[in-house]
Amino acid sequence: MDLLQLIVSGVSQGCVYGLIALGFVLIYKATEMVNFAQGDLMMLGAYVAVTFINILGWPFGWGLLATLAVMALVGVVLERLLFRPMLGEPHFAVLMLTIGLGFILRAFAGAVWGNEPQALHAPYAGQVLRVGELVIGYENLVIVLGTVLLCTLLYLFFRFTRLGIAMQAASQNQLAAFYVGIPVKRIFSLVWALSALVAAFAGVLTAPVSMIDPLIGFVGIKAFAAAIVGGFGSLPGAILGGLLVGLVEQFAGLYLPPGYADMSAYVLLLVMLMIRPEGLFASMQQKKV
Amino acid sequence: MAALLELTNIETYYGPIMAIRGVSLQVEAGRIVSLLGANGAGKTTVLKTISGAMDPQKGTVRFDGREIQTRDPDWVARLGIAHVPEGREVFPFLNVEENLQMGAFSRRDASIAADIELVYEYFPVLKGLRKQAAQVLSGGQQQMLAIGRALMLRPKLMLLDEPSLGLSPKLIQEIATIITRLNKEQNVTILLVEQNARMALDIGDFGYVMEMGRIVMEDECERLRNATDIQEFYLGMKDEGVRGRRRWKQRKTWR
Repeated sequence: MDLLQLIVSGVSQGCVYGLIALGFVLIYKATEMVNFAQGDLMMLGAYVAVTFINILGWPFGWGLLATLAVMALVGVVLERLLFRPMLGEPHFAVLMLTIGLGFILRAFAGAVWGNEPQALHAPYAGQVLRVGELVIGYENLVIVLGTVLLCTLLYLFFRFTRLGIAMQAASQNQLAAFYVGIPVKRIFSLVWALSALVAAFAGVLTAPVSMIDPLIGFVGIKAFAAAIVGGFGSLPGAILGGLLVGLVEQFAGLYLPPGYADMSAYVLLLVMLMIRPEGLFASMQQKKV
Repeated sequence: MAALLELTNIETYYGPIMAIRGVSLQVEAGRIVSLLGANGAGKTTVLKTISGAMDPQKGTVRFDGREIQTRDPDWVARLGIAHVPEGREVFPFLNVEENLQMGAFSRRDASIAADIELVYEYFPVLKGLRKQAAQVLSGGQQQMLAIGRALMLRPKLMLLDEPSLGLSPKLIQEIATIITRLNKEQNVTILLVEQNARMALDIGDFGYVMEMGRIVMEDECERLRNATDIQEFYLGMKDEGVRGRRRWKQRKTWR
């Protein structure tokens, strides 16, 4: 039973990593930029939700929708203001920009919402589901179900909608996408919106479980490891990599001396890079330069 | 009649390197215009400048009476210029049908499905492969897909960059036939860039010859085919001298 319990919490934590990793991969696939502020977007999303739900007292569902809308807008604004002018600049410059953006977002959150940890009020907080001896917190259940739901929606979006296919097209061959008349720059805005939205969703899911403070965005680094484990460039790989990191962390926490759990994600990353550097799901083809 | 496409004194650079050194050319509606030249002559750069993938430092590109040289390629495409790039450039992980649908991304009308059928009429082999990812197609099939995708835009002008590249002589013949048919039946004006001079001169109405970023010759294809320079340097017909080797004085007339 211990084992099952561990798996449950590992999976739910892994879902959060997976969602943030998904944001990394979305942006990387479309624009070849690595956004190190992805975790901080999650943090910002959690605080926006705190504003709507805790401070303004909106019902949870409406607060969630409003948060997603606001964060999608934030994604668009960031792309237009900061990242569109950086198209074609060296990767290093873009990377530094995203790291700087992370600092700004953390400082901003500290200034607006304070540095003390807070919890997002969720109607399901504290309740548990008992299956035999297994005790599952509703928060964890919601994380897993929410992730499954979001992934299904994303799958349907990318597979069947015109816009979703156009996003795939633009990430597979940018020049050809331009030539057939796809407004590639607008597509990039939408990708940023989507990525910020996914990050915010992860933030809202995780906020009732763990207290949030301006520094929670640092899980983004673990999620980055998850994205690489999954094969950086594969959406299912990102989720799977996240789950793997989450599970390994839980088991390391139980079976290894204290402190090792926090290292486990990076050990997993190193092992992965040694035995299978292309990740679980290698993107099947090198991008054309 | 004003030309459908008109380039005036175009100069385009790759960084500090001047790739196009003042090119002017015209493409009249309804014709097939061929642009010939060796590797590195600047043919592809001319097409990229027209479709907006590169911006010229100087000169103007006029399409349908509008200046388009500073526009983004997606905007230019929506005006009705379909660019079939060198090396096909299909969307590798989308299937054939999705590739074709993407060709019609800018269109909102109801005849998109009918146009996909039209593409399958021109390229029956694609119909059997409609659910296959484009990356598993052969080079010739990908070329057909790229042309079909361009046709989905319902373009006024199609820019074709080396459609014969890497294809067998039989396939080249097939593609050449299709290009002529598209021109006649779908009323698509065509600007064709080719190294395969024989094919380009056979199906073209008017031809330009480029060298080192300049246009060095222009004429009806009929006459170009018979010009001695073209015969010697592009069609490989050598005029053997009395001693069995080329006379040292033989030079291209434009040098």
